Amino acid sequence: MKTILTGNHAVAYAVKLSRVKVVSAYPITPQTTIVEKIAEMIAKGEMDAEFVNVESEHSALSVVYGSALAGLRSFTATSSHGLLYMYEMCWWVSNSRLPLVMAVVTRTIGPPWNIHTDHTDLMTLRDSGWIIAMAENAQEALDLTIQSFKISESLNLPFAVGLDAFVVSHTAEVVDVPDQETVDEFLPERKQAYRVDPNDVFAVGNIADNLETMRMRREMALDMEKAKGVIDEVGREFGEIFGRRYGLVEEYMVDDAEYIVVMTGAWSGDAKEAVDILRKRGIQIGLLKLRYIRPFPREVIERFDDRKILVVDRSFSMGHRGTLGIEVGNVVDCKNVVAGLCGVDVGFEDFKEMFERFVRGELGEVEWWI
Amino acid sequence: MDLRCVLLPGNPSCQGCPHAIGLKALSVLENPIVVVPAGCTTIIAGFNPKQSIDLPVVHVPFASAPAVACGLSKAYDNVVVWMGDGATDIGFSTLSGSAIRNDNILVVVSDNEAYMNTGIQMSGTTFWKAKTTTTPAGKREEKKDLALIMLMHRIPYVATASVGYMRDFVRKVKKASKIKGFKFIHLHSPCPPGWRFDSSKTVEVARMAVKSGAWILWEYDGSFRITGMSRMFRDKSKRIPLTEYLRVQGRFKGLTEEDVRTIEERIDEVWKLLDVLENTINKA
Ligand SMILES: Cc1ncc(C[n+]2csc(CCOP(=O)(O)OP(=O)(O)O)c2C)c(N)n1
Ligand code: SF4
Ligand SMILES: [Mg+2]
Repeated sequence: MKTILTGNHAVAYAVKLSRVKVVSAYPITPQTTIVEKIAEMIAKGEMDAEFVNVESEHSALSVVYGSALAGLRSFTATSSHGLLYMYEMCWWVSNSRLPLVMAVVTRTIGPPWNIHTDHTDLMTLRDSGWIIAMAENAQEALDLTIQSFKISESLNLPFAVGLDAFVVSHTAEVVDVPDQETVDEFLPERKQAYRVDPNDVFAVGNIADNLETMRMRREMALDMEKAKGVIDEVGREFGEIFGRRYGLVEEYMVDDAEYIVVMTGAWSGDAKEAVDILRKRGIQIGLLKLRYIRPFPREVIERFDDRKILVVDRSFSMGHRGTLGIEVGNVVDCKNVVAGLCGVDVGFEDFKEMFERFVRGELGEVEWWI
Repeated sequence: MDLRCVLLPGNPSCQGCPHAIGLKALSVLENPIVVVPAGCTTIIAGFNPKQSIDLPVVHVPFASAPAVACGLSKAYDNVVVWMGDGATDIGFSTLSGSAIRNDNILVVVSDNEAYMNTGIQMSGTTFWKAKTTTTPAGKREEKKDLALIMLMHRIPYVATASVGYMRDFVRKVKKASKIKGFKFIHLHSPCPPGWRFDSSKTVEVARMAVKSGAWILWEYDGSFRITGMSRMFRDKSKRIPLTEYLRVQGRFKGLTEEDVRTIEERIDEVWKLLDVLENTINKA
């Protein structure tokens, strides 16, 4: 059914359709309307789940860690300072190899206080063992959330669905909301590698031998590699059922492109418009949108090592370059523009100018678009 | 009462904002430094490079305020934390830790009984049965009594206050500022958009809370005593009916008679407990 939804409400509906049993979260702008919507659906009896109000994000993720450990499909959502406040639990969840899903509405980290988008908060999860996806719009937020449960539960890795503050979270768009039967067909009952059970005596997270622990990390790393195939497979299957195909990346006019722009998130839409304009002028440019930051689509990027590449970043690693600039730069040579930090608006006019300068060879190694 | 207003005109608080009323009491402090965690006051305090609180203000993460104040207190007297009820949920261990250390700071919790800055979600102090966006059917959980919890930390000064009775609040701030160690004031702060009443009625609603016995003014400074207007309302027959206080607020819409009776019983229990404290912790 086509309807008009904000990105946050699209996530809330996806959570309902995924038959989540436990939701726990703590208010933080701009995430709050996700869980407010869920609380409302539960109160009205439209959704059969427990909503747990907690006193902090650390407890929000702890509650869903507990419920996921007990075998229940679980969800939380946060932003910025909330994500940082739950950071310890983020690692506890992933190192425990527990599947669960969290929406991260990307927001600038203070001080000064700032509620607008950049991707620095989400990028802090990179090393932790979470699968990290980033939605471009409300439809993708909904679709990725439904896929996230399947992917997370096939790999026993937690899954973070990112969406940009306000630009996606609070912007109403036409969204195709699938019906329950079709989602049920796509998304099987929850499965997980292990769960706590009163009839099964074993300890979770007890002290282990160093070498054994390192082996667990290697296994996790291998499963992250395996995740690439699972993500593409689940994305293809999703496309067959719902008509919208997903995967690690979205390729936009890259096949014959001499110049390729790599980026992630909501502003990819504006950048595509700029690509269209340059294309009309005969410039062979394309866009590679990273839908996933972890696992990192290294093999896809390697395919383009004979092109000129520009990475546009909405997060920065102090003392180095843009976060994705580092990541992509590890695979192929690239220029790096850092833009839109702290919610600074970047529109298609900016992209047009940026890409023109890139094509003319005027961009330095790292440029701040300010 | 002649207060220099430390909150400047043109600040972005809502009309009838209780924090905006309460903040004025900080005017009686000598050279204070104010520590403010995330909350409505973050917004009220204004946009860089200007600010609307005419005092040095340190903005800090949501859960950190008393600990930051502890650090500052190593260099300065009169360090004040001005925080919301929500900050005492997420920052409860920080608050408790600071009290246990008996840090030389004053903590004022301006309690509007919900997370207002993020759009009215329930907090630990949200009133029984009140509707918020995360308790759309009314709050089922208990209401935590912060001031009593802080009293049990055996700190030198604890009080409750109300923006409806500023003279009483100002007296308590002044008194607290003369005491060394950890001082705690729990300020009752009715919020027009959050509780859904007319923005001209903040003081009136705050007073109704006291007059109905739902909010009780007291103080502990070695002895425990009911203070100000609340002394009169020990006698239940002198109180206004609880429903008058509840009825002016949209957040209680749809309360049943039984709900009101339950709330009333809870309030009676608090009075009984305070009565015991007054008769027990009494040096005189
Ligand atoms: C770690 C963290 N989680 C969540 C938030 C979002 N947040 C900012 S203010 C606020 C609520 C404040 O409530 P309260 O302390 O009662 O103050 P009020 O706004 O009601 O005055 C929340 C949840 C945050 N800033 N940091
Ligand atoms: S929501 Fe309430 S506490 Fe917040 S600024 Fe408005 S009146 Fe003040
Ligand atoms: Mg509050």
